[in-house]
Amino acid sequence: MKVFVAVKRVIDYNVKIRVKPDHSDVDLTSVKMAMNPFCEIAVEEAVRLKEKGVATEIVAVTIGPKAAQEQLRTALALGADRAIHVETDERVESLGAAKALAKLVEEEQPGLVILGKQAIDTDNNQTGQMLAALTGLPQGTFASAVDVDGEKVQVTREVDGGLQTVELTLPAIVTTDLRLNEPRYAKLPDIMKAKKKPLDVKTPADLGVSVGSRVKLVKVEPPAERQGGVKVGSVDELVDKLKNEAKVIS
Amino acid sequence: MSILVLAEHHDGALAGATAHVVAAAQQIGGDIDVLVAGENVAAIAEAAAKLDGVSKVRVADNAAYAHLLAEPTAALLAELAGDYSHVLAAASTTGKNVLPRVAALKDVAQISEIIAVESPDTFKRPIYAGNAIATVQSEDALKVITVRSTGFDAVAEGGSAAIEAVDFVADNAQSTFLKEELAQSDRPELGAAKVVISGGRGMGNGENFKLLDGIADKLGAAIGASRAAVDAGFVPNDMQVGQTGKIVAPELYIAVGISGAIQHLAGMKDSKVIVAINKDEEAPIFQVADYGLVADLFQALPELEQRL
Repeated sequence: MKVFVAVKRVIDYNVKIRVKPDHSDVDLTSVKMAMNPFCEIAVEEAVRLKEKGVATEIVAVTIGPKAAQEQLRTALALGADRAIHVETDERVESLGAAKALAKLVEEEQPGLVILGKQAIDTDNNQTGQMLAALTGLPQGTFASAVDVDGEKVQVTREVDGGLQTVELTLPAIVTTDLRLNEPRYAKLPDIMKAKKKPLDVKTPADLGVSVGSRVKLVKVEPPAERQGGVKVGSVDELVDKLKNEAKVIS
Repeated sequence: MSILVLAEHHDGALAGATAHVVAAAQQIGGDIDVLVAGENVAAIAEAAAKLDGVSKVRVADNAAYAHLLAEPTAALLAELAGDYSHVLAAASTTGKNVLPRVAALKDVAQISEIIAVESPDTFKRPIYAGNAIATVQSEDALKVITVRSTGFDAVAEGGSAAIEAVDFVADNAQSTFLKEELAQSDRPELGAAKVVISGGRGMGNGENFKLLDGIADKLGAAIGASRAAVDAGFVPNDMQVGQTGKIVAPELYIAVGISGAIQHLAGMKDSKVIVAINKDEEAPIFQVADYGLVADLFQALPELEQRL
């Protein structure tokens, strides 16, 4: 079974973000970029499926600027067999990304597509669900376990209040949650080998899709700062303040 | 304008989140209908009809919608969406699962987790784990939106909206519900509790979370945890408060043995009063806490339980 895995280039999760002075967006100039953490989990799951003999080929896909090829190379170093880059400098949001992915799914007919549940930049949590809608495939979102069994896949989902398990017919779309697996690190020899693996570059026009966003970013502001309060010296003082000053307990 | 709100429900009862979504709908303005989809949901529909501001409750009561699986539920919403300018749902795991699918079926963008309504087409939403707030404007005729409950005060109950049945039944041969394992608890739900007490890595192990029980009992609090405590295996994932877990905004939030990573702060910094108990006085949690107590939690917690 061929497995598609989608990855996104985002700000490294350890970097403290800054809003541009003109409030037009977050400032990404000379900021460390990396693969979205949920996408790392998606790549890891695909690699584990290949190690189990379920997946036969892993294709990593990204949509974004030229620099996003770095993240495809990372996916290749982690175990993807080849990569497809849909190159664009437009601000791509979920629907545009899903449209490009849907075209590639139509062309390549993977048995399973694995995506991160959300990217840590826009926090949209949409692309997998939208891809499922556009391809007419079932979806298993926020997965904490994925078991492929013949023509079906069982997906355990992290839902409010606990876990839900659904069974989907293949092909299907799965999005990853945090506890699905712990991604491995790429080894140096694999990073070297990844440079020689095939990486196709296409444009949205090649796929016949428009990836531009219909959601206008009007402005971006830093959140309201919460002021730190006081230190209390004892449990007694704390209880007294909560009762008599904050009045949140009686 | 007319707005369709997808009702959230669990265990045969309307979930509190729905009243917050209706409040967001009121700020957008226009007629508000609530869709109750599920199996045996008559009582839920009656509860929804009592929410202030609701014109009509539409009920799709069919086995096809049991557990609100994404495929049939999105098909139903896409079928009904033609009558509306906006489709709203809570930014719960149900809303987040279903609404992007609806948007793509209608070829429109989806706007996630709004925290404020600026105008019928312009909304505020957190990005970068709440480290920036974006104002976004939809250029689509149909707006499909998930609503972060903590951003809107719930509407009251006093209405008596009409209830009507929806006949549309979605075909679904692609997905089947197998099972659900929900955490059993007598305590209030994390998202709805007026008081939340959370433990972090400083708790040391899962057994020590029992130290929070007595305090939670006395305060009627829900018990939460930081991602560090969940990842360390102390407690299950559904207790996680943070950007990747539950977003809470109670009257009182007590953070115990939690350092205050950005991802945790994103989940609780809108709480009215924050208390931090931590032995490391440099812990970032103290920068957002209204009341900080630098203390060993193993001494402070039993003392706090006794004083309450």
